[in-house]
Amino acid sequence: MAAKILPYLLGGISVGGQYALIAIGYTMVYGILRLINFAHGDIFTVAGFLMVYAAATMPLYVSVPLVIVLTILLGVLVEKVAYRPLRTAPRMSVMISAIGMSYLLQNLMWYVTGGLAKQYPTLPWVSDKVTVAGYSTSRVTLITPILTVVLVVALVALIKKTKVGMAMRAASRDFETAQLMGIKLNSVISFTFVVGSGLAAVGSMLYFSNYATVTPTVGAMPGLKAFVAAVFGGIGSIPGAVIGGFIIGICESFIKGTGLTTFSDAFTFALLIVILAVKPTGLFGENLTEKV
Amino acid sequence: MVTVVLLAALLALMLLLDNLPGVPSMLLTVLRKGAIYALVAVSMNLLNGFTGLFSLGQAGFMLLGAYTYAVLTIPVGSQASIYQQYKGGGVGFSITESLTGAMGGFGTLLGVVICLILAGIVAGLFAYLIGLPVLRLKSDYLAIATLGFAEILRALIQYTKLGPITNGSNLLYGFTSFSDFHLGALKLSTVMPFLFSGLCIAVVVLLINSTYGRAFKAIRDDEVAAEAMGINLARHKRMSFVISSFFAGISGALLAMYQASVQAVTFKAAMTYEILLIVVIGGIGSITGSVVASFLFVGCSEWWLRFLDNETTLKNFNAKLIFAIVFGLIVLGLAVVILRRDCKKGLPPLRRITAPGGGKRVRVNWSAIASIVLAVALLGWDVWFVISPNLKLPLLRSGFRMVVFSVVIMIMVLFFRRGLFGDSELDPAALWDSLRGRRTQSGRSAGGDRR
Repeated sequence: MAAKILPYLLGGISVGGQYALIAIGYTMVYGILRLINFAHGDIFTVAGFLMVYAAATMPLYVSVPLVIVLTILLGVLVEKVAYRPLRTAPRMSVMISAIGMSYLLQNLMWYVTGGLAKQYPTLPWVSDKVTVAGYSTSRVTLITPILTVVLVVALVALIKKTKVGMAMRAASRDFETAQLMGIKLNSVISFTFVVGSGLAAVGSMLYFSNYATVTPTVGAMPGLKAFVAAVFGGIGSIPGAVIGGFIIGICESFIKGTGLTTFSDAFTFALLIVILAVKPTGLFGENLTEKV
Repeated sequence: MVTVVLLAALLALMLLLDNLPGVPSMLLTVLRKGAIYALVAVSMNLLNGFTGLFSLGQAGFMLLGAYTYAVLTIPVGSQASIYQQYKGGGVGFSITESLTGAMGGFGTLLGVVICLILAGIVAGLFAYLIGLPVLRLKSDYLAIATLGFAEILRALIQYTKLGPITNGSNLLYGFTSFSDFHLGALKLSTVMPFLFSGLCIAVVVLLINSTYGRAFKAIRDDEVAAEAMGINLARHKRMSFVISSFFAGISGALLAMYQASVQAVTFKAAMTYEILLIVVIGGIGSITGSVVASFLFVGCSEWWLRFLDNETTLKNFNAKLIFAIVFGLIVLGLAVVILRRDCKKGLPPLRRITAPGGGKRVRVNWSAIASIVLAVALLGWDVWFVISPNLKLPLLRSGFRMVVFSVVIMIMVLFFRRGLFGDSELDPAALWDSLRGRRTQSGRSAGGDRR
């Protein structure tokens, strides 16, 4: 029995860790701007493509940091171009702008890559096969949860202990008062996008190591699921997003295991509806915003 | 009255375009697809613009409508070959076929109308069920939940156990499409989408101008106030959601008729996004805006921007020189406009200011510097392009059209947030008056009530 469950559990934890890394980007941005950053899933995909191109021309120890830096720049650029001009606009306008940005990024990726699926480079060591309790899997499955937890602990420390973290907490609590306290809102928001995009880049490396090919629209689904994970854990809460990511990943993996692959996506959204109907603040959310 | 006359004239024009030789086929494509997109954009506008419910489920309801229509109208004879993956699949009857057999040409029309209405009813029924839990959510949560349900519907249609009816993820084809409509020797394949879509839009307009429509608008403007006025929030929201989905279902069926085939994978979230962008471009809360914007949108994406997708090589040096000069002037003009705007705002690229300590220092406006650098770089490239022997235009290749298109949309979304018409309507009667020379009103109406 245990041997049957183990592969699904491992797969689920791995996917869950990747969702968690993307979900942090959503939850942080939503926490401060009250905006679903629809472009986040596409930033994640762009990171995948950047890695495809970077790994083809340069050694890994250059390409990995380079991809992370470029993804961060893209995230900050998206915020500057599409969200900053609409800071005082109604929320719906900003959301439409986010959808437009997602559309633009997808078309741009399609143009650059010619719409063909690109083979993701195999990362040495990370993609190697290992055997766990008689079940063979690639090492990325084991690395993902560990790396996720390490990154999240570091992030939580950053938010709790540092000055910029304090500024972020203040801004997510109350925009205007935070400004009155001398917090530079724009730089705090930029920093949020730096963290979110950086984690999305790491998440994309782990995700695509498992899936082998990248296409322009591949990020939309993980993006939406990661958002559900963020809502499930309580929007604005980083540990919540991580636990939500893991739970969704594991459930999905087991649903696929029972042969109902078609409904693994459906499950995620059903979960969203249930959580919003039963406990709208999510698992760890603070009861601050009006959601339902 | 003027409106009715204009619409009749429009239908006559379509009939003419359909049957005259030499009409570019692209024009007909744009007109047909534009008419269908107009209906779905209006249905989304009813929900997003008039009731203030931000829903992103339109593609899912279109999918339901398209499949309902297709499944019910595939001729019995071809069901075996279409459903070859699922032995004995198909419903075993075809509404249009039976009615055509019984009543001839009129039977086809009747069958199609019945199936269109059924398509709408199926979509509306699902909307009712989905609405029960979902409509309790607000703004972005509602958006995500409806988007999620649209994805669930897509997964459901492709579910292998439903294969005998939906043919799983395979194509459905062979059903009655627009090209099956004839009036004697006259082709009607552009008239029909205009007729169906026009009738549905007319119903939506009547609804919006009724007491229900006023209730919707009241909910959009202020839920609490609307409730205090005695409007049943849950009931009206549900009604708006179901009606919007009903028409989305019909438009999905029309889209199936236009494409002559349906496949579930094409009804992605990206489709909903496109429709949302049409609504935004036309103006949230403007029916005419949505209609005009869908023709513009379809025209741009299918036709006018096509040339951007083709690799182009200029004929000779003179053509290149003209291109380079035009390009240079555009870049220069834009740069000057941007810099002038910055200077007017009191933010020139470099400015000497008095520092708090009393000393002078230079303040830099980085975005202005960036635009200068970009403009200089583009002009430099322009000069290089003229000098180089290369005659091939850069960047133009497959996919560039959509990039340019989405950049234009982003510019619209960021800088022209009210869209073409804002939330007011283009009034054909007023337009008619102004065309006849009643100049007193022309400033307001002919300009599309830009305000």
